[in-house]
Amino acid sequence: MSVFVDQETRLLVQWITGRDGSFHTRQMIGYGTKVVAGVTPGKGGQVFDGVVPVFDTVADAVRETRANASVIYVPAAVAASAIFEAADAGIALIVCITEGIPVLDVTRVLPYLHEHGARLVGPNCPGLISPSKSKVGIIPGNICRPGRIGVVSRSGTLTYEIVHQLSTHGLGQSTCIGIGGDPLIGTSFIHCLSAFQADSETDAVVMIGEIGGTDEQQAAEFVQTGMTKPVVGFIAGQTAPPGRRMGHAGAIISGSSGTAAEKMAAFSRAGISVMKRPADVVPLLQERL
Amino acid sequence: MNLHEYQSRDILRRHGIPVPPGEVGETPEQVRAIAQRLGGRVVVKAQVHAGGRGKAGGVKLAKDPFEAGEHAARILGMSIKGLVVRRVLVAPAAEIASESYVGIVVDRASQRPVLMVSPAGGIDIEEVAAQTPEKIHRLAVDPRYGLLAHQSLGLALKLYRDMPQARAAGDIMQRLYAAFYAVGASLMEINPLVTTPDGAVAALDAKIVIDDNELDRHPEIAALRDPSDEAPSEVQARKAGLTFIKLEGSVGCCVNGAGLAMATMDLVKYYGGEPANFLDIGGSSNPQKVVDALRIITADPSVRSILFNIFGGITRCDDVANGIVQATQQFPLTVPLVIRLTGTNEALAIHILTQAGFSALTDMDEAVKQAVAKARAEGRAA
Repeated sequence: MSVFVDQETRLLVQWITGRDGSFHTRQMIGYGTKVVAGVTPGKGGQVFDGVVPVFDTVADAVRETRANASVIYVPAAVAASAIFEAADAGIALIVCITEGIPVLDVTRVLPYLHEHGARLVGPNCPGLISPSKSKVGIIPGNICRPGRIGVVSRSGTLTYEIVHQLSTHGLGQSTCIGIGGDPLIGTSFIHCLSAFQADSETDAVVMIGEIGGTDEQQAAEFVQTGMTKPVVGFIAGQTAPPGRRMGHAGAIISGSSGTAAEKMAAFSRAGISVMKRPADVVPLLQERL
Repeated sequence: MNLHEYQSRDILRRHGIPVPPGEVGETPEQVRAIAQRLGGRVVVKAQVHAGGRGKAGGVKLAKDPFEAGEHAARILGMSIKGLVVRRVLVAPAAEIASESYVGIVVDRASQRPVLMVSPAGGIDIEEVAAQTPEKIHRLAVDPRYGLLAHQSLGLALKLYRDMPQARAAGDIMQRLYAAFYAVGASLMEINPLVTTPDGAVAALDAKIVIDDNELDRHPEIAALRDPSDEAPSEVQARKAGLTFIKLEGSVGCCVNGAGLAMATMDLVKYYGGEPANFLDIGGSSNPQKVVDALRIITADPSVRSILFNIFGGITRCDDVANGIVQATQQFPLTVPLVIRLTGTNEALAIHILTQAGFSALTDMDEAVKQAVAKARAEGRAA
């Protein structure tokens, strides 16, 4: 068992013929993910790389291929439409890689997903990977190793850095999930932590947060009350100046509750081992395992 | 993107919210002429993206056009929190019976737009939240149905007992909510929402922040950007497709990804240095972006060493290496460069850099330590 994705995941790629979509579809197929369909309006009937049938709509693709998960690479302006379409077609897991989606679009998307019982990971996220089982998104497969550490993160390349540290020290991963750096996201730290707590193949969790908002503080409360597995945490942006947006729309300190210091204190209070720098992840995990 | 008060007032007016007249002047002569047209007493208000304009002397009452011109001469060119005033808003000095606050912001916790109202208007809402939180009333709006009439009236009745005034305020909230989605805002505030002695309700001052991700969709809003309000290096970075924030330290940082960029700055500090900037070259790797990034970093005279930290995923390390080589051919570096790269096409990148006489590291901690040490050594030499 792993979290959210496994060998049974039948993946559909929205905008499979685009620059990013086609590149990462090849990467995912190479990793062993079952990519069963692609969707690009106007390209229905084509076959991507001679193996993946392309459809005009998600509904057609689901009917023909029984896809149960979707990964979205469509441009930001129409990404919300793509999420609506996937949910409407009955897709249960929607992973939106697209960066730069207007926040107000997401305010409309989230209740729709809730009504349709669909889970959204992202937007503006690197997706997820269960090493040697399935990869949905853009996390480089070669830095991951199968194992028993769960990783959940708001960041992209910082996640790779920490996963790389784990892998090179023999600590493999059960699933790595990038939940995205935007202020409004479909899947929170708490959703992932509770899935890792329930997962029999996960022994410990690494949580990578950043400045902005209070998601990490809420996650810390959850760890304290709802988790028995050890958790190690990091907060990026300890030196960030207040009021400035640090690339991620979510990474802005406004008011005291968004600072790294406050989040790290909340982690400590909840019994989460706090990393001061990415390289601390290995010794801290070894202490707790 | 922050809008100026006069721009925000225009948007509210276009959405049918009553806003008193007012015009923008850039010279004392223009201000005198506007005050003449408006007649009576006027307020002259500095248009800069900074709070506390009144306290800084950027808001002045004038009894006649002559005095308005005098105030303008003093306010124009003054600096408020480091921002030079280039425009003033001239508006009639309204007779005010009461001041309230109405605002909308996207709330992360409820994942909805939240309407906030308070009868304690005219002062900073953060101050009200800290001093008298019971005076702020909040409502998370379900975006599926929008702001319902009974909800806006209910909030308006927290502000006014008089029914015609409450209805007018409720109508203003409806229009504000519509404007919020129409222009793609992340914050809209009317502060103060005033009543006049004759009972009318109007928006006296307004603040709007637009979600940058909406700007492609709203070119008319994007055109309102005031580049004089940003550091020139940040304007240059935005044009080059980079996210750049100038800081006070001496270690110039060039990183791919916002989270890793923040973690790199943190590590610079951890090893006793100070980052000179936040710079994210983004996910795609284009050598030109690296050239632009180096140009911006090297233009900062306080930079004593430059640190590259690249974890190749989508970003290909060889593209970054080519960018570094191209940049140093175009303009010679005067400070030491420390390069760390690992991931996609790492070996090729190291080959390219070695050929050009650079060396590269693969460990993040080691690279940061070296960059900090070199910045310190350069600082001593300078």
